[in-house]
Amino acid sequence: MVDYNWPEASKRDLIGARIERLDGPLKSTGAAKYPSDIKRSGMLYGRILTCPHAHARIRSIDVSKAKAMPGVVTVHVIQQAGAEIRWAHDEVVFLAAESEEMAADALGAIDVDYEVLPHYVTEGDRDAAPETKPGREREAGEPDQAMAAAAVKVERTLSIPMINHSCLEPHGQLAEWNGDELTVWASTQAVSTIGVGFAEPMEVPASNVRVQTQFMGGGFGSKFDVDRWGVEGARLARLAERPVRLFLDRDHELAVAGSRPSAHATIQAGADREGNLVSWISDSWGTGGLPGTGTTPLPYVLQPPNRRTKHTSVPTNFAGSKAWRAPNHPQAAFLSMSIFEDLAAELEMDPLEFFRKNLGLARGELGKTYDEELGTAADLMQWSANWKPRGSETGVVRRGLGLSIHQWGGRGHRSNCEVKVHPDGAVELFMGTQDLGTGTRTVVAMVLAETFGLALAEVKVHIGDSRYPQSGPSGGSSTVGGVSSSTRRAAQDALAAVFAKVAPDLGVEPDALEARGGRVFVGADPAKSMSWSEAASRLGAVPLSASGRNPGPGKLNDGGVGGAQMADVSVDIETGIVKINRMVAVQDIGLVVNHKLAESQMFGALIMGVSSALYEERIVDPISGRLLNANMEFYKLAGLGDVGEFKVHLMTGPGYDERGVIGIGEPPVISPVAAIGNAVANAIGVRVTAAPFTPDRVLAALGGAA
Amino acid sequence: MRAFEYANPSTLDEAVELLTGSESALPLAGGTDLLSLLKDDLARPDRLVNLKSIPELSGVEVADDGVLRIGAMTTLAELLASEAVADRMPSLVQAAQGIRSPQLHTMGTVGGDLLQRPRCWYYRAGFGLLAREDGRSMVVDGDNRYHAILGTDGPAYFVNPSSLAPALIALGARARVHGPDGGREVAVEELFRNPASEGELELTVGAGEILTEVTVPATPSANATYEVRQKEALDWPLAAAAVAIESDGTVVTGARVVLGHVGPVPHVAKAAADALIGKSAAAGADEAAAAAVSGAKALSGNGYKIQLAKVATRRAIHRALGMEV
Repeated sequence: MVDYNWPEASKRDLIGARIERLDGPLKSTGAAKYPSDIKRSGMLYGRILTCPHAHARIRSIDVSKAKAMPGVVTVHVIQQAGAEIRWAHDEVVFLAAESEEMAADALGAIDVDYEVLPHYVTEGDRDAAPETKPGREREAGEPDQAMAAAAVKVERTLSIPMINHSCLEPHGQLAEWNGDELTVWASTQAVSTIGVGFAEPMEVPASNVRVQTQFMGGGFGSKFDVDRWGVEGARLARLAERPVRLFLDRDHELAVAGSRPSAHATIQAGADREGNLVSWISDSWGTGGLPGTGTTPLPYVLQPPNRRTKHTSVPTNFAGSKAWRAPNHPQAAFLSMSIFEDLAAELEMDPLEFFRKNLGLARGELGKTYDEELGTAADLMQWSANWKPRGSETGVVRRGLGLSIHQWGGRGHRSNCEVKVHPDGAVELFMGTQDLGTGTRTVVAMVLAETFGLALAEVKVHIGDSRYPQSGPSGGSSTVGGVSSSTRRAAQDALAAVFAKVAPDLGVEPDALEARGGRVFVGADPAKSMSWSEAASRLGAVPLSASGRNPGPGKLNDGGVGGAQMADVSVDIETGIVKINRMVAVQDIGLVVNHKLAESQMFGALIMGVSSALYEERIVDPISGRLLNANMEFYKLAGLGDVGEFKVHLMTGPGYDERGVIGIGEPPVISPVAAIGNAVANAIGVRVTAAPFTPDRVLAALGGAA
Repeated sequence: MRAFEYANPSTLDEAVELLTGSESALPLAGGTDLLSLLKDDLARPDRLVNLKSIPELSGVEVADDGVLRIGAMTTLAELLASEAVADRMPSLVQAAQGIRSPQLHTMGTVGGDLLQRPRCWYYRAGFGLLAREDGRSMVVDGDNRYHAILGTDGPAYFVNPSSLAPALIALGARARVHGPDGGREVAVEELFRNPASEGELELTVGAGEILTEVTVPATPSANATYEVRQKEALDWPLAAAAVAIESDGTVVTGARVVLGHVGPVPHVAKAAADALIGKSAAAGADEAAAAAVSGAKALSGNGYKIQLAKVATRRAIHRALGMEV
């Protein structure tokens, strides 16, 4: 029976090392072909006519002129006269033509007559909503009594808006039929699972659908589904009997293909004179478009003993939101950490001390982790030397520090793989997972090579194809735990089979053998050894095959992490402009497989976090109900000159490594808005109650203080 | 994108002939704005006349009388590489540096920066330059956080998007325009107008005309531009001010203060300039800054821009004087 485990620290050659991503050169030279780069012989270009109104009914629709346009091959109306449309940029007609320009011109020739209906798009004003869905009130302890008795209290209404995923590669796919067999090159986070989403509406067995994604240009939670453009793209290809490439235009992408729900809350919180959190009462609401929102997890991380929360979901005339890195957590962190920091300021207490004092209230059993992380973060930020009480800065440009803590799960998802060991010693792995740019391909190769004691270049990893053993969608930071565990189990099984073959020759039991440095040897007597290829040759003519899965035996991955972040900002009080000086991020993720790629994930999360703290929001026109900033000019994202200096640190070693592998996709993106908001409040002496912290909001907050 | 004819003349006269010889021809400079207008179906020319093959339209040179001549097709990168510009016109250098994109520096031209169309999101979304619906301005009733605070007595609320115009106007620059009837010369501020109706263009360079060069007089001045920018990466400023100050060594004898991104045309703030004259510029900076925004009117969401324009003016004056900003 194989004991599935990770090698101890002294026996790790690759795991934990800083290794560059294997496909880096392919990506930086353009050799990597993303789904939107792929061209097939006879391929047509699909385009989509969308509705310009946030709420309307189609009176009539006429595509006859478009059908007669040069180069137009197929026109397919999906919403007919009489259909009610409930968000701007909802799809009405799909068509395919010989060129992208011909397709675009044909869209312009379609006549649609709309009856415009009233819409609701400004959910900040909850009282004006035509419909709200109040959630259940949750209560613990005696919130009202505790609040009345609290020595210090704060009450505020805070807001964090809907933002977009802004994937560099828009949603879409290239679909090609061969008889009733469909191949789809999709920009997806779910290679193994989206096939059925094509099969059902196309009325073919799921086994007839093959999905391929070698590379993809960002998903962040928005690319788990087939979506309407997936189904209709496949339909156009079938109707035209030619491959159809269909990717969304940027405005369509920003308007409907990925957004994160907003959150607003009126919050009261109280603490005793010593700084112990005692009470919390929140009335929150938000929208994620027409379906409303799920509950924001308030209060976040720290749970005052007396608390009452109520959340109201507000439907609006937008397309439904999609999962955005750590769904609902960044919003909850901003709403909660702002209030906690305000309480510390009321108490005239250093927030670092305030948070540490209250770590006993942390969800789960992460109090010790947070304490260590806050200590490390404080060292990296030189917090005690640099922190000053709120509002004590003078001058035009004021500097401030802020902090936030967060939590996430990140346990490994379901994953299957097959490992083959060839008689010449070649090793390869097949797995229906996908690399979102996070380094999945590299991590799998590292686990594989580490297990067989081979160099990274000596193993081959095949992913991104639904014909390989199925592996879960990449969401919730579940991928690295899942794929590394299934890989390790398959590889350990295969290695055990090789050991069983060669043990007699080396005169020991199989479990006395180790594989490292390209050799198989007796652990207690390394001189007794043979090369890996010689060992593999004992397999005979047929390659050895082993399958691995997750979950499975042995503790290889875990869930439940905490993290701490600190921000150092400068605010120009005459212009209201906020600049990031430094961000510090400290994170535990159990056993780190690739230190460099894990840090890279943290850098990416911080860039995204700075963007959402300072720039990002969906700006919707109250008159037309349309997204006004549906382009990369006014949907502002941070550039490298805007993000400041980052210091990231992963907690490793005893107490962390033995937990096994845990994902890092979401945790580091949760705290930036909260930490930056707290740093701004520390710098200027007043709370900016709505994110992003733009000049108008900062100046308004300062004006209110004067 | 609608089909159009592409013409590639090598002389100015040929270009004018091609521009006047069709219904709706447009000149193509760097294309950094025009191509997106084409893709968004906001410009529908039947012919594009490329200006990049006309050598005389490019380059920076100093004439015998000290006048600096900048060809309209000079790229922003070429402008920034010019020693003559760097020596005399830090305000223009600062303005061009504010365009934070290597791509725009490489392809974008001086003429193209001056004659780019407004970035107003209602205009760019196809609601028209004035964005009026049922007799009301969508800007006034809608989201106007980036819109005009000055020059809004008419129906227009977009802001002039040019980065270089405020600096050039403050420096007293003139523009040469070539057309079917020969050439004409105007002050740079006269390239712009505040449209009174939807059919009226915000630019005075007419159909068939080509902006060929701008000239900057030799008058020595302390000059500077200050942009209030939300982002360091590519982003239009929220407000900007350019100043040019002449002094006799003790007091200001002449001044020009021009605000950008605050009104439908670059805002020549005469009251701000007057506030500087007869004093040391440093002493008059606060008064000039206040005067620069006199008459400014806030819409529902852009009141903060009044403060930003004021700060930009004061900081531009300080920067021109070599003070820290």
